[in-house]
Amino acid sequence: MQSKRSLEIGTGLFVVLGFAALAFLTTQLPGSSLRLKGGDQGYRVVAAFDNIGDLKEGSPVTLAGVRIGRVEAIAIDTRSFKADVTLRIDRQYSEIPDDSDASIQTAGLLGGKYVGIGPGGSETFLKDSGQIEFTQSAIVLESLVNKFFANMASKGQDAQQNTAPAATGEQEKK
Amino acid sequence: MTPGTDLAAVAAIRRVGAVAVFLGQILARIPASFGKPSLLIAQIYNAGARSLIIVMMSGLFVGMVLGLQGFNLLQRFGSADQVGVAVALGLLKELGPVVTALLFAGRAGTSLTSEIGLKATDQLTAMQMMAVDPVRHVVAPRFLGGFIAMPLLAAMFSVIGLFGGQLIAVAQMGVDSGAYWSNMQNAVALRDVSEGVWKSVAFGLACSLVAVYEGFNAEPTAEGVGLATTRTVVVSSVLVLLLDFLLTAAFFTNS
Repeated sequence: MQSKRSLEIGTGLFVVLGFAALAFLTTQLPGSSLRLKGGDQGYRVVAAFDNIGDLKEGSPVTLAGVRIGRVEAIAIDTRSFKADVTLRIDRQYSEIPDDSDASIQTAGLLGGKYVGIGPGGSETFLKDSGQIEFTQSAIVLESLVNKFFANMASKGQDAQQNTAPAATGEQEKK
Repeated sequence: MTPGTDLAAVAAIRRVGAVAVFLGQILARIPASFGKPSLLIAQIYNAGARSLIIVMMSGLFVGMVLGLQGFNLLQRFGSADQVGVAVALGLLKELGPVVTALLFAGRAGTSLTSEIGLKATDQLTAMQMMAVDPVRHVVAPRFLGGFIAMPLLAAMFSVIGLFGGQLIAVAQMGVDSGAYWSNMQNAVALRDVSEGVWKSVAFGLACSLVAVYEGFNAEPTAEGVGLATTRTVVVSSVLVLLLDFLLTAAFFTNS
C-alpha cells in the first residue's frame, strides 16, 4: 500500500497548501485583525503628530533618505488628540541622538507617505520606548491649495475673501 | 440520431442541453462519490497535485511580469510604491483565476478527457453490463476532483504571483517592501479576494464539466479520443473567457 500512502500524502499536501493559500489571501491581504506582524528585531520609539496624512502601518522610516525602520503602529491619544506613531528602528541604527526630529514626508508628488528622521546634536541616544519630541506633521496638499487660493483672492479685489477660513494643517515645529 | 443531421443551430442547442442533462446526472451522484473517498482522493491528486508545479511556475512568472509592467507604468506617475496594488488586484481578480483555468484545461482537463475517453472504448460498456453505473464510478469522482482542485490551484497561483511581483518590484526595482505590502493591504478589500474565488469556482465547474462530458461522449477510437481532447481545450478556454467577462460584469461596481 506504499502507492496509496504516497497518493494520500500528495493529495493532503495539495489540499492543505491550497487552503493555506486561500487563508493567506483572505486574512493577510485585506485589512484584517488576523494579520500577522513582522519580525520583532529593532527598538521602538513613539512620535506624536498633529496630522499623519495617509501614513500607514508598514510605511518606511528614513534617515537621510536611507530606510532605517518602519512604522509599526498608529494610535490616537485620546487626551491630546494627536496621533501616536510607533516607529520600529532597526537595531543597527542604535545611535540616533535623542533630540532628533521626525517629519512626515511624501515620496514624489503622489507617492506614499514616510517618516523622515532629522538627526539632532545630542550626546545621548534614543532608547527603546523612547519619545521623539520634535515632530512635523504631514503637509496636506488640499489645505496648501486652499491657502494659495485664499491668498490669491485676498491679494485681488474684494476683502470678503479675507475672512475665508484659514487653512488648517500648517506646518509647525514645537 | 447524430448531431450532424440537425441544423447547426439546433445541434448547438442540443449540445447545450446534453451537457446540462449530463451535469444533472453527475450532480445526482455527487453524494455517492463522497461515500467513496479513495476514488475522490485519487482524482483530487490527479487534477490538483499533479498540476501544482505548472501552476506555481506560471504564477511566479505572471507575478514577475505584473511587477515589471506595473512598475513601468506607475513609475511614470511617480507612484511606483503602488505596484503591489497593481500586482495584487491583477492577480486576484483576473489573472489568477483565468490563467489557472486555462492551464487547468490544458493540463488536467485533457487528461480527464483522454482517460474517460479511453475507458469509453470497452470498459464503460462492460461496466454497464455488470450493472455498475459508469457516471457514478468514473465520471462523478473526476468531475468533483477537478471542481475541488481548481479554486485551490487558483489561490496558490495568486499567492505565488504576489511573491513573484515582490521579487521584481522589491528586490530588483527597489520599491520598499513595506510599501509594497502595506499599500496592497490597504487597497485590497475582501470582496476583491472573493471575486477571484467565485471566478475560480465557476471556472472549475466549467472546465471539469466540459472535460468529463467530452471524454464520456468521445468516439471510442484513438482518433475520437484525440478529437475530444482537442475540443476540451478549445471549449473550456472559450468558456472560461466568456464566463470571465460575465462574472467581471456582475461584480463590477461603479464606485
